[in-house]
Amino acid sequence: MSLLSFERKYRVRGGTLVGGDLFDFWVGPFYMGFFGITTIFFAGLGTALIILGASYGPTWNPWLISINPPAIEYGLGMAPLAEGGIWQLVTMCAMGAFISWALREVEICRKLGMGYHVPFAFGVAIFAYATLVIFRPLLLGAWGHGFPYGIFSHLQWVWNTGYQYGNFHYNPAHMVAITFFFTTTLALALHGGMILSAANPRRHSSFGGPAEVKTPEYEDTFFRDTIGYSVGTLGIHRLGLLLALNAGFWSAVCIFIAAGPIWSEPWTEWWEPLRNFYTWGGSAG
Amino acid sequence: MQYQNIFTKVQVRSEPEVGIDIGLGNRDRTENPFYNWLVGTFGNAQIGPIYLGFLGTAAFMCGGAAFVIIGLNYWVQVDFNPVRFVLELPWLSLDPPPEEAGLSIPSLQEGGWWFIASFLLLASVVLWWFRMYRRAVELQLGLHVPLAFASAIWLFLVLGLIRPILMGSWSEAVPYGLFTHLDWTANFSLNWGNLFWNPFHALSIVFLYGSTLLFAMHGATILAVTRYGGEREIEQITDRGTASDRAALFWRWTMGFNATMESVHRWAWWFAMLTTLTGGIGILLSGTVVDDWTTWGITHGIVPEDFSWWPETPSSLESSW
Repeated sequence: MSLLSFERKYRVRGGTLVGGDLFDFWVGPFYMGFFGITTIFFAGLGTALIILGASYGPTWNPWLISINPPAIEYGLGMAPLAEGGIWQLVTMCAMGAFISWALREVEICRKLGMGYHVPFAFGVAIFAYATLVIFRPLLLGAWGHGFPYGIFSHLQWVWNTGYQYGNFHYNPAHMVAITFFFTTTLALALHGGMILSAANPRRHSSFGGPAEVKTPEYEDTFFRDTIGYSVGTLGIHRLGLLLALNAGFWSAVCIFIAAGPIWSEPWTEWWEPLRNFYTWGGSAG
Repeated sequence: MQYQNIFTKVQVRSEPEVGIDIGLGNRDRTENPFYNWLVGTFGNAQIGPIYLGFLGTAAFMCGGAAFVIIGLNYWVQVDFNPVRFVLELPWLSLDPPPEEAGLSIPSLQEGGWWFIASFLLLASVVLWWFRMYRRAVELQLGLHVPLAFASAIWLFLVLGLIRPILMGSWSEAVPYGLFTHLDWTANFSLNWGNLFWNPFHALSIVFLYGSTLLFAMHGATILAVTRYGGEREIEQITDRGTASDRAALFWRWTMGFNATMESVHRWAWWFAMLTTLTGGIGILLSGTVVDDWTTWGITHGIVPEDFSWWPETPSSLESSW
């Protein structure tokens, strides 16, 4: 069941980064590898710690469970388990698990003779996470600036942090990030819709019987007809990846610059010099 | 690095493609497709032709008129001073009528221009939808692109038409300005008791982030198998080749599950479409059915009555160093 009809010929030895042949095996559909072992270790330990942390709290309602970072007073030191130490260990486990997962993807890419685009893209997501819970707390001087791990409690953190800067929508990097998120989703709708409509075509008349599956010439014609340009079968995947990675990257930028040492005013103030251009020379306008 | 296929290195040049023959419709296509080398390093080098036609021309004219009306209102706001126009552009705004005006047709200065611009914008969007529909039908493609576009129009209609009517005032609609629409967004959330506790808002964000995740995964996977011709997706759907095998096995070995060359596009289409579909529902319910999402959240067990277990968010305005 776990082996697809064509799968056996692809399950070959080699391509590992660490451990040679020792962990070069599959469990069901999963490839193991050295980094599979480390992923299981970190993810298992992290999950156990989250359950332990939840047991300290007042609720088992999954929406309300929250693993909180330490108080600011602990600075960049370790906190007792019940007072944010669990959050610190969970963060370490998360980083360990994410990096292990990315390296395991590299090994699988090597096994399958594929490019490294997926682990690279995942690396950008890891970078964004690390910005939130490591780089920005380091910049601010306390682990307490990380966000709590809870389905809805992390939203409260976003809300409160955002309103410390007035209207966070005025953060220029936030604007850029949101624009990339929306554009990625638009492009995904167009790409998904295009492929599905070419693979599931339709005659003018619903009584005309099934139509023939369409070639990329039809895809090009559709987008040239409607918007004057078709980026093409190869280009759309470059475009999608580029848009998606920029969404993640600018998200990291927008929260990193929202920190006292870099910017501590309402974000509306950031724009004021633009309309006060006449006073740039220093003299009152 | 030379195998990662980040840019196209060799570009082929021949006569530009004029597009699939659609009989009489061919007349409505422009006749000047051309190549651009720089564009060709990333995607197709060919630019144009474009199909004009009645729907496209009408949509463009309506959209253009809305654009000009909004722009002229901006110009009036800066006394036709070009320097002020540029410097103050992000603050300029064409606002909907004031609250007192309700659903009446306002005078020009009291939101009337907003009303006319909104009408033209709506006409433009609807005409454009019919254009997307007609182009798909003419080419005997499925209707997936116009269907997805309809989902985006749903959100647009909820924001500017359906919800203002249910609330009994055009003033509920979104103003046409860079900063003012951001203010509107922030105020909307504050007015209705924190939109983060609105489950449809949460779903919309999940699908928005999910779409981005999916396109990163899909784009990266296809690029990684372009050395096996993976970007020829239709061919891989109808006659699965080694590119499709490897792309599928990559995810199967990574996370124990894989899509197929066709089904990954179904995931993509649904995620993208549900972003605006759920988003529209979330907006529509705010103020009409639910006045305070915090109260709603507490009632339904997603927001604690006692916040003390959730952390105090520390001020990040000052460094703790």
